[in-house]
Amino acid sequence: MTVQELAQQLSLEPICQAEPDREVTGGYAGDLLSWVMGRAQSGDAWITIMSNNNVIAVATLTDAALVILAENVLPDPGVAQLAERKGINLYRSSEPVFSLCAKVAALL
Amino acid sequence: MAALNFHFDIDGEDFSSAGEASVEMKKKLRQLGFPSDVIRRCSIAMYEGEINMVIHANGGSADVAVYPDKIVIVLEDHGPGIPDVELAMQEGYSTSTEQIRNMGFGAGMGLPNMKRYTESLEIETQVGVGTKLTMVVAV
Repeated sequence: MTVQELAQQLSLEPICQAEPDREVTGGYAGDLLSWVMGRAQSGDAWITIMSNNNVIAVATLTDAALVILAENVLPDPGVAQLAERKGINLYRSSEPVFSLCAKVAALL
Repeated sequence: MAALNFHFDIDGEDFSSAGEASVEMKKKLRQLGFPSDVIRRCSIAMYEGEINMVIHANGGSADVAVYPDKIVIVLEDHGPGIPDVELAMQEGYSTSTEQIRNMGFGAGMGLPNMKRYTESLEIETQVGVGTKLTMVVAV
């Protein structure tokens, strides 16, 4: 399933659609960046409530397919622009982390 | 065989740009055609070191030496040093502030992650003088 298809199925609000045709191969949820860094896999949909610039660095380094900011979290100022510069797919959703995880798992 | 060397200065003032050096190194290793697993382990190890230098040491430097069979990452700072290395190596142990934790760091996974994802981690540290980490990732 591509990022765009996943975003449509989950009614995600796009913040940065850098590479919408990228394939999503798994999922990971977490907010402790070191933890995510060591465990998220390339191609994952990463669901988090963290909203700062460092999220983009971690997404870049783990090669996540997309980042979903859950629970209505808004990205900090400058994060959208940084995502664009780094080519990171960034979306947001009003749904809680738990239900987003369940839906992503059901779709993949 | 001579190594290909890359030097990065880690800015200790700008927390929001922390990770830039790791992203840059990842890009270079990818251009050089290293396997994705090797790139991933180098990226994790270097990012943890970079974040530690920003949180604890007001920045520092990173030198990456690339050989055909290994990548050596040397991180050096003139921060406060690590008083108890054994304690700092324990997962979950952290001296980070509440503010740092609120940003998603300070989980006490930095040094343990560096050890986990590299073949060797050597720590030279002196309280009040600084810390030098040497990590080797085998290709």
